[in-house]
Amino acid sequence: MTIKFQNICKFYDGAAAITDLNLDVQQGELVVLLGPSGSGKSTVLKMVNRMVSHDGGHIFFNGKDINSFNVQDLRRRMGYAMQSVGLFPHRTVGHNIATVPKLLGWDAQRVQSRVNELLYLLAMDPKQYANRYPHQLSGGQQQRVGVARALAADPDVLLMDEPFGALDPVTRAALQLSLKKIHRATGKTILFVTHDIDEALLLATRIVLLNHGRIVQMGRPLELLQQPTNDFVADFLGRADLGLKLLSLRPIAPHIKAMDGAEPIHTISHTATFKEAISHMATLHVSSLCVVSADGTVLGQVHATDLLETSYV
Amino acid sequence: MTLSLVQRSNPVLALYVALAIGAAGGLPFLRVAPNRLLSGEPVYLWDVLQQLGNQQINALMLALVVLLCIAVWQPVQRITQALLILAMAASLAGVWLLASDFARTAIQAENPFRRTTLGAGFWTLAALAWLIALDAIARVQLPTLPRLFLQIAFFLPLLLSLNEGQHLSIAQEYANQSDVFGPAILRHLQIVFLAVVPALVIGLLLAWRMTRTRNLRQALFPILNVIQTIPSIALFGLLMAPLAWLAIQLPVLGRAGISGVGIAPAVIALFMYALLPIVRSALAGLEQVPTEAVNAARAMGMTARQLLWQVELPLALPVLLIGLRAAVVQTTGLAAVSALVGAGGLGQIMFDGLFSAANELVILGVIPIVLLAMLADTFFKVLSSLIKTRP
Repeated sequence: MTIKFQNICKFYDGAAAITDLNLDVQQGELVVLLGPSGSGKSTVLKMVNRMVSHDGGHIFFNGKDINSFNVQDLRRRMGYAMQSVGLFPHRTVGHNIATVPKLLGWDAQRVQSRVNELLYLLAMDPKQYANRYPHQLSGGQQQRVGVARALAADPDVLLMDEPFGALDPVTRAALQLSLKKIHRATGKTILFVTHDIDEALLLATRIVLLNHGRIVQMGRPLELLQQPTNDFVADFLGRADLGLKLLSLRPIAPHIKAMDGAEPIHTISHTATFKEAISHMATLHVSSLCVVSADGTVLGQVHATDLLETSYV
Repeated sequence: MTLSLVQRSNPVLALYVALAIGAAGGLPFLRVAPNRLLSGEPVYLWDVLQQLGNQQINALMLALVVLLCIAVWQPVQRITQALLILAMAASLAGVWLLASDFARTAIQAENPFRRTTLGAGFWTLAALAWLIALDAIARVQLPTLPRLFLQIAFFLPLLLSLNEGQHLSIAQEYANQSDVFGPAILRHLQIVFLAVVPALVIGLLLAWRMTRTRNLRQALFPILNVIQTIPSIALFGLLMAPLAWLAIQLPVLGRAGISGVGIAPAVIALFMYALLPIVRSALAGLEQVPTEAVNAARAMGMTARQLLWQVELPLALPVLLIGLRAAVVQTTGLAAVSALVGAGGLGQIMFDGLFSAANELVILGVIPIVLLAMLADTFFKVLSSLIKTRP
């Protein structure tokens, strides 16, 4: 399930919106299209399922030009989630999720079990939620249903257009983790648009940074932070708190040390990142933390000096 | 919370009661004539009560006056309003029974050709009873369905006592013409159906095209608006000549029953009138469908047809129904006029009465039209409320 952009151009009223864009998305990647507003990241995404047409070049889906597909067939093979969610207000949650499976003519029983499966996957009890209407849900729940709907027919590719942009930070973080888990569990190819750098750093296996309709730099999150190709990249990723962003990319797990001497009073989860650990230490005025697993077992400790002196290469 | 006396009292009801007292005292309740052709002598409500001399009726009238006074000053009490609705339903049947009783005794007393005609007093009192009941039903503040049911159930006592009025002239007129009513109602419904159903289908298609092409809207709405301003009789007349010409040129049409007079010009004209409310509401309905939902539907791979049937139409339906209701009610009323071009229907009875100066025949034609329009109105209100409970 690959997507290949080859010399893609797009013009709006004669002005170039996308210029000569080349991008290969491999099976299982979670590619984040990152950039300021007006950079064309959303346009690139919408070209994939032909919600926006491209004016030059070719886009290949599994090696076949997307224009050679029947447009409805193409779209039904690609899950689509967006910031405004766009749930159908007259249909229940279950019915909303079932949209594409029904378009594809799945039998009722298969649809039903798929809906339940997806609601469980997104931590919503089917008994409680399947028969509710969208207006009876919170914003975060609506977006969960939006993601479930995009995943419903087990699409080859997931296209997500700033799906968590309108949510509060807590809900957003929870959904980001859900998405990460889903990506890891299903190995789906995901194309994700955002302007939120932290979101990009958290989710991406690869970041594609766009500006004025051109790719400025692409690579793994760490590469972009450590080797920005120009000032725009460095500025956009946040020159001032670059260090903090780097910390956020590193889990503490490999740096846990055995206890020696007094056990630290305060604890931290073994899944935490450097950033969380340092932040914890700063607020608690300590220089070491006791690392515990989810069930409370003490695994060891981490020291501020160890964390700060680790090299990032 | 302070409520002034003005807010606590019900000035609307007070006005109705004042009008009812005026109508009972000043307008003839009935007219009695020696035969069908003469206009007759006025008989007032007071005369009727005196002649019948029934103490129980007089006591009931007194109770009614007391209840009305309470209802004027204490409109917030639901029990008062409930009693008022019952009392008005009974009063509506009551004036009918009073008139019937008077007619029966009058016939028995004198010659069999004597006609007892319902007078302005009767019609005013009946109308006021209905208006008071509607006001009371609104004040009880029920959900839509029970409220609509109550508005219909209000006529039940009258319907049950309808047979008692056989000695009234209106019943005699009905008896003389009873065989034309059934076909007339069917023909009326046929005209409405043939005009509104195509208007719905074509109106929907036009509105749907308008959401895609802006030019169509700019071209069509002025035309529809102008049609709406043409008087119906003129439009029927204007259609007669071209249709007659068509029927001559194409004999197939003539054999299919299409000609300058009859049902064809009526249905075409009414179709044109029904188009504006339907197109306007369908367009308003389609335009308030959330853009995000439409975009999501397209992005998920719905075809234009699936988008229309599964997303746009269901979401536009509540607004569309408002326009459809207006179109049906309007067409039911306008169809009466189409009797003038030979389309038949209930309008035929109405015009027969008009041209033979038989006022009661006019009323016999009008009442079913009003009832049909009311039933259609209620039907669509029920439909709307059923849709709204399922968001």
